[in-house]
Amino acid sequence: MAMQDGPIAAIVEQHPKNVAEAAPVAGARPRSTYWPFVIPAVAVVGSVIVFPWGFTVWMSLHEWTVGGARRFSGLSNYARLASDERFIASVGHTLVYTFLAVVLPLIFGTLAALIFNARVPFRGVLRGLFVMPMMATPVAIALVWTMMFHPQLGVLNYLLSLIGIPPQSWVFNPATVIPSLVLVETWQWTPLVMLIVLGGLAAIPTEPYESAAIDGANAFQRFRYITLPMVAPFLMVAVIIRTIDALKSFDIIYAITQGGPGTASETINLYLYSVAFAYYDVGYGSAIAVVFFVLVIALSLLMLHLRQRTKWIDVQGGA
Amino acid sequence: MSETARSFTRRTFLATTAAAACSLGGTLPAFAEVNWKKYAGTKIGVNLIKSPRGEVLQKYEKEFTDLTGIQVSSEQTPEQQQRQKAVIELNSGSPSFDVVHISYHVQKRQFEKANWLADISGFMKNPELTDPTLTESDFSQAGLLYAKNPQGQMLSLPFSVDYWMVYWNKDLFAKKGLSYPQTFDEMVKAAEALTDSKEGTYGFVARGLKNANVPVWTSFLLGYGVDPVDANGNLMTDTPEAIEAARLYQRLLTKSAPQGVAGFNWSECQSAFLQGKIGLWLDGVGFAPPLEDPEKSRVVGKVGYGVMPRGPKAQASATFGDGIGVTAASKNKEAAFLYCQWAISKLMGARLLQAGGGVPFRPSILNDQDVRKGVKMPPAWIDAVVESGKISKLGLPVVQPVTEFRDIMGIALTNLISGGDPAAELKKATEQFKPILERSEKA
Repeated sequence: MAMQDGPIAAIVEQHPKNVAEAAPVAGARPRSTYWPFVIPAVAVVGSVIVFPWGFTVWMSLHEWTVGGARRFSGLSNYARLASDERFIASVGHTLVYTFLAVVLPLIFGTLAALIFNARVPFRGVLRGLFVMPMMATPVAIALVWTMMFHPQLGVLNYLLSLIGIPPQSWVFNPATVIPSLVLVETWQWTPLVMLIVLGGLAAIPTEPYESAAIDGANAFQRFRYITLPMVAPFLMVAVIIRTIDALKSFDIIYAITQGGPGTASETINLYLYSVAFAYYDVGYGSAIAVVFFVLVIALSLLMLHLRQRTKWIDVQGGA
Repeated sequence: MSETARSFTRRTFLATTAAAACSLGGTLPAFAEVNWKKYAGTKIGVNLIKSPRGEVLQKYEKEFTDLTGIQVSSEQTPEQQQRQKAVIELNSGSPSFDVVHISYHVQKRQFEKANWLADISGFMKNPELTDPTLTESDFSQAGLLYAKNPQGQMLSLPFSVDYWMVYWNKDLFAKKGLSYPQTFDEMVKAAEALTDSKEGTYGFVARGLKNANVPVWTSFLLGYGVDPVDANGNLMTDTPEAIEAARLYQRLLTKSAPQGVAGFNWSECQSAFLQGKIGLWLDGVGFAPPLEDPEKSRVVGKVGYGVMPRGPKAQASATFGDGIGVTAASKNKEAAFLYCQWAISKLMGARLLQAGGGVPFRPSILNDQDVRKGVKMPPAWIDAVVESGKISKLGLPVVQPVTEFRDIMGIALTNLISGGDPAAELKKATEQFKPILERSEKA
């Protein structure tokens, strides 16, 4: 306790309430002199975040096609969304794609982290090789996978034929297109999850494992009751990063399928792109962007709430 | 060609054009009247689609500057991005370019409605600006339909045309004792006879991917004597003829096409055909050069180039194309027009054709024996191009929301490959597109 007295005392002294109540210090600068330091940040945030969003919301309230006249239409674009089958389907595709593109890398990344955390031979080299997909350019990856997916000429069907499995249509079939795209996403982003979880595993103290060994816990019990709870905050970080990434995924889907076959892999992002930049319907496109923004915010809040629940409360003494 | 590029002058341009003109019948045009140097010192911006057509123009750009003294700043951008960039800049009212390369089949109506292109009808009548060999009668019918607005004003110059034709594997046909089909019925029979999935051989391939697949269906629809949108602007996409064309599409792509065709764009079709396992491939004439390239193709010398078979009511080759025009906002319209004229000149058209980069809209180039001698593709290909030109019809409706049309109809067509009912799918797609079309015409 004696060690904590010093810093706590210093914090109490610097508390704003105490500072406010204290007599003005001779030579202190008036508040107005702080503004020049704040204005640049306010200007940047205002111009690159607040204004574009305000303008997007404003555009969403208009019937507005590039090259045509602009007409205020209230909430009609939003009403149109409710009956737009293609938009509703794209929301479903986005959620399914995001769910799979988060869960699968999470499972495989955690398994990989457990393997690479053990003292396996050539661990450093293998880790280096494992993270390579993450460093590649998404569009280049997409083009390579497109060739690999080709039903007649692709290597994937050739590999399947070696083990007696009939050829698959992969991204060329509406029923299998989303799982096939998730396969690419999983291949590329499992290493990221592995790195995050590996960091978490390195931070776990050895004492709980020693106690568990004395109590006779087996390997699964040690994983279930020690490793998993203690690595949970890191898993949540991975979930948040992956969710944001998967929600905004565009390049791989666009380069491989352009949302097809039909609209079987059309996510909100792809539909939004078509409406705004292929149909030039900026009013309706803005309405989609606003709804997508709300969806992302809702999911982010949910993630932050879950993250609060996974903090190391007992370990760190009530953070 | 590069030597020409280095030493190109007004004199050589005139001499080459004169030679081309003489070979067409000896009438020497009075192009000497064109004052090419009148706008020397002017600077113009050119916005091009990244394509073999754009490459040819950029490659020989210096010749234009040598000829006219006009400085050119050109930029090539991939097709989709170029369209967006052009539309956004033109909509701003002050584009950074004076000349724009447009995809007629996608942008014609949009550009006309927005008045983004200058009327060049007057320039074409001005002997100081226009070579007398450049006349409206030297453009194919499809080219003129694309270049003119409903009021008859010439808003651009037709640059490169893409007729749809049928590539066929002569070896596979010979093995089955079949000959090239002359009608839709014969095409279906041949496709089914050639299909042997155990051998990995398929009778037919064409685009199944949404949006890209619509020209395949409209190619059939034209054979039933119907345009997707009639002269009065009515949608004909759920008529009995449209449904029959969709049934034909469904039958060919489900019974005779390779697995996964629902996701095939032209590149997947081309890859499959290059392997020598496809009997018939329906697509644009511009995709031919790789078929005769020994490094890429297993069918070199075995490819037949067929004109679109006759449908129940008509024989038609669906036609698409690019044009090149002067922006209405340009302050250098005459100089920009000279560039457009040079871009579609006989010399540049011949280079385009001989390089396999595109097909000029001008029959005088296609029929020139000297030009044809330099074409690397087999004579059968150019014959098919010329014959297709005689039966060409616009492959997509001239409406502003053409991309929505392609997407909505394309989804219906993709659904057919999964077993959808043609009548129900087309009815649904037509109902979905109708309000979009009406809204666009009111805007």
